[in-house]
Amino acid sequence: MMEIKILGSGCVNCKKLEENAQKAIRELQVDSTIIKVQDIREIMKYGVMRTPAIVINEKVKMAGKVCTAEEIKRYIAEEQ
Amino acid sequence: MFDWLQVIADFLTYTALGLLPESKLGSAVNFFIFDTVKIVILLMIIIYAITFIRSYFPPEKTKKILSHTKGNQVVGHVLAALLGIVTPFCSCSAVPLFIGFVEAGIPLGVTFSFLIAAPMVNEIAVGLLYGLFGWKIMLIYIFSGEIIAMIGGMIIGRMKMEKFVEAYVYEMQNIPSMEIVEPRMKNRLYDAWIFTRDLIKRIWIYVLLGIAIGGFIHGWIPAGTLAQYAGKDNPFAVPIAVLIGIPLYSNAAGVIPLVSELTRTGVSMGTALSFMMAVTALSLPEAILLKQVLKPRLLVIFFGVVGMGIIFTGYLFNFLL
Repeated sequence: MMEIKILGSGCVNCKKLEENAQKAIRELQVDSTIIKVQDIREIMKYGVMRTPAIVINEKVKMAGKVCTAEEIKRYIAEEQ
Repeated sequence: MFDWLQVIADFLTYTALGLLPESKLGSAVNFFIFDTVKIVILLMIIIYAITFIRSYFPPEKTKKILSHTKGNQVVGHVLAALLGIVTPFCSCSAVPLFIGFVEAGIPLGVTFSFLIAAPMVNEIAVGLLYGLFGWKIMLIYIFSGEIIAMIGGMIIGRMKMEKFVEAYVYEMQNIPSMEIVEPRMKNRLYDAWIFTRDLIKRIWIYVLLGIAIGGFIHGWIPAGTLAQYAGKDNPFAVPIAVLIGIPLYSNAAGVIPLVSELTRTGVSMGTALSFMMAVTALSLPEAILLKQVLKPRLLVIFFGVVGMGIIFTGYLFNFLL
């Protein structure tokens, strides 16, 4: 099962990214879970310097940008 | 540059709405229409331009550049302050960025120079200052912000505050370095547009409110009214302005248009500038976030040093301008 992690401390952008991710998996009907990572120690394990960030199956796909659902769908496709 | 807009504003106010040019209401509405549209246009252009330029300076690159300056302290501070302008920065990224810098071996003082410059010289503040006060004031703001960042960072660096950074920050090891992927030109152009669009969507209401209040002041309160309280002669104006500015959350967007009217009513430019810097450089939300990585003493010193720098700059400009 695909694991999508949203890294961020809970600000507006992180929530938006999560919403877009939800939309992406709904539209693609992918079997996946979305996990929100808010602890900074956990976030830093991925080496990101900007939040929000999106990680799919432990690969950082994008950091510092609120990706659109379309962009997230592309990242999901890359990881399948 | 905006003469055409004045014509439209005049038409809407005096012809379409039928207000009289000499009336307070007419004057206020005219100002409101003109300024709102002018500022939104200027903001869009400036935010877009800055965001586009910033796509060339991802924080990973900045971190790499600064990590080479370990030995040369002054150069490090200068670079950090300059990079603070061109590296995209949002308050929520302050913590990961701080940890990333420290872990890369960038000296604490240099990291602070960056942390002071980045929020202060932000695209909204720069855009609004240019739009409302002109390029001279915008440059003065940027220049003084940079100096405060460099010197503030150097002072904190000299104070050897490393032990006041939360221990876990130093204990982090093997943080992977994200590879620096240069986006394609069309993505840069597109991303900059999306960012600009979303930012304007978020702040336009505050800009509107700030201008509305400013418009009210413009129409009803004669110039110079506040001069006796906040003009050059009041020695307490600057510190008070800074103290009010610190807890005010960021919205440079709402505050700056308001401040332009305040200067017209007699608040001196130095006081106004220091107020604006206090609002943008130091914010309560950022303090709360930084508390995750800085122990209270360091946090207080950070705010204190920057606050002092801003107050000093305020006095300086009241004297010079």
